[in-house]
Amino acid sequence: MNRIDAKFAALRAAERKGFIAYICAGDPNLKMTISLAREFERVGVDVLELGIPFSDPLADGVVNQLAAERALRSGTTLAGVLDAVARLRRAGCRIPIVFYIYYNLIHRHGVGRFAREAAAAGVDGALALDLPPEEAAAYERAMKRAGLCPIYLIAPTTPEKRIAEICRHASGFIYYVSREGVTGMQKTVSGSIAPRMAVIRRHTSIPVAVGFGVSDPEQARNIAQHGDAVVVGSAIVNQIAKGRSARAVSRFVAPMVKAVNDARPRR
Amino acid sequence: MQKSIKTVPDNGGHFGPYGGMYVPETLMEPLQELAREYEKARRDKRFRQELDYYLREYVGRPTPLYFAERMTDELRGPKIYLKREDLLHTGAHKINNTVGQILLAKRMNKRRIIAETGAGQHGVATATVAAMFGMECVVYMGAVDMQRQALNVYRMRLLGADVRSVTAGQQTLKEAINEAMRDWVTNVRSTHYILGSVLGAHPYPMMVRDFQSVIGLEARTQILKQEGRLPAALVACVGGGSNSIGLFHAFLGDKRVRMIGVEGGGRGIRPGDHAARFQRGGSLGVLQGTRTFVLQDDDGQIMLTHSVSAGLDYAAVGPEHSYLRDQKRIEYTYATDDEALEAFQFCSRVEGIIPALESAHAVAHVMKNARKLRGVVIVNLSGRGDKDVMQVADILKLEK
Repeated sequence: MNRIDAKFAALRAAERKGFIAYICAGDPNLKMTISLAREFERVGVDVLELGIPFSDPLADGVVNQLAAERALRSGTTLAGVLDAVARLRRAGCRIPIVFYIYYNLIHRHGVGRFAREAAAAGVDGALALDLPPEEAAAYERAMKRAGLCPIYLIAPTTPEKRIAEICRHASGFIYYVSREGVTGMQKTVSGSIAPRMAVIRRHTSIPVAVGFGVSDPEQARNIAQHGDAVVVGSAIVNQIAKGRSARAVSRFVAPMVKAVNDARPRR
Repeated sequence: MQKSIKTVPDNGGHFGPYGGMYVPETLMEPLQELAREYEKARRDKRFRQELDYYLREYVGRPTPLYFAERMTDELRGPKIYLKREDLLHTGAHKINNTVGQILLAKRMNKRRIIAETGAGQHGVATATVAAMFGMECVVYMGAVDMQRQALNVYRMRLLGADVRSVTAGQQTLKEAINEAMRDWVTNVRSTHYILGSVLGAHPYPMMVRDFQSVIGLEARTQILKQEGRLPAALVACVGGGSNSIGLFHAFLGDKRVRMIGVEGGGRGIRPGDHAARFQRGGSLGVLQGTRTFVLQDDDGQIMLTHSVSAGLDYAAVGPEHSYLRDQKRIEYTYATDDEALEAFQFCSRVEGIIPALESAHAVAHVMKNARKLRGVVIVNLSGRGDKDVMQVADILKLEK
């Protein structure tokens, strides 16, 4: 069983919500990425989402743009990240790993080769964020053949008919973007999540992760009431940008993990 | 065969293996809505009449197809005609598209307009129509482009637009598009994004082509009237590729008409020194919503580009160009910065027409190949060069 599916099955059995941490691979270098992955696993992060740095991250806010710039400056490539994942696996790290990636990097690498190499390295899924299902036939075949989960986004602008279609393509989990906009931290959490989640639930039983804008334990707990998992990205990347150690970053992450794990479904 | 060329793209915006919709999920529904609304508008007689009205009364169409007699004499090659898009309101072909799109925005009840701009001509053309219709307008522009096109920045601000400087990456057109798309993702319910070229996700490449195809429709009628025959060749510069596709499109079925697209050769065809996507360094990729030829490295990172002309300084080319190149319907070549600068001066001196640096690339191709070109040649003079005068003076040290 794919590590993502196994993880969500375990979370469901324990009636717990999952915590997904996003960082940009290679920010500021791959050594730090490896340390962070180990630390995150230690403090109970359920899924690690690794951004693959791209020169033109048009869905990302400034925090993640700067992270990608730092990662590219340290010479991070897709091949380098795959190698880092393989090293993590050899060292016994078992946290499910999902790539958050712009499609050109996959396209250039070759769709089949990407899926094979990612599976061999120990990656579990990928979210190609500028690849809607309409354009994804070959990618999806390659991913499924390699045993990887193609993960798709659903946005507040996605109409119900399209939600149903996306649910038919998705595996692993669905990523619900809780607000219109680029990645980044928000002061308040969008109020429209509950009704949208209800619509998604009508069409799938795949776990739904909610993200975009979560930056503290309180928000994380609120969001966790609605979905199966919460994604926190920019707030963590911001800690890395400040030059904190992997240990210090995990101390920042741990209370959010706990808040999410303890969240109960809203009545 | 020719018929199939005219029926692209398909419903998903594919020109053969090119084009499509490669955008984050938040934009999928808004783009599909835009495609539906555009489909309705272009069948709507009232929409077409309104567009024609503004093109005629406000923009200044039709533009002349001018016989460049002295240029023809000097070059001793083909008989050269210039399609005078430089005479349009705001000084370039860009406004053909912005008028069409703002009418569409009005139909869709969008009150806020955003745009990206490279040379500033599209930004000015967008700010202009936004002013005319009383809409809020934000234009994203790379900081480097703002410097080399300071005059256009001032024009946009005068027209009431909020010009926002983009300091990411190499601070030119590509980064401005990234920032415009980020704005659009965030404000998509209130905002229409007026993309300025045949780029981006469907329906933009098709829609911008349609709005620009008026150039070729006019030119074809004009040349038949003035010369009694079709031209031997059409020549236009290719940045994203809107002025060239605009001129070429009406001639696609005329098999004997050669079409030549001229890319920005910059300092020469070396990595990072040019913007010629069909030359060495260009390969199939996916950038900013579309699958097409892109200047990228082996890892798929987009490469730096250079052209003296801000309007050609971009890493990807419109998907329909990639398609028509495969079909061997359009030939692509390039002119270097130096050749364009020479053409800029030559055109000014012998015709009394100061061309945009972009258009000067097309003139440069005719200058270089005068001996090889025969018969009647139409060059798209896509814009005027007022915006470039200070930059050229600086490069050539003309001011004493």
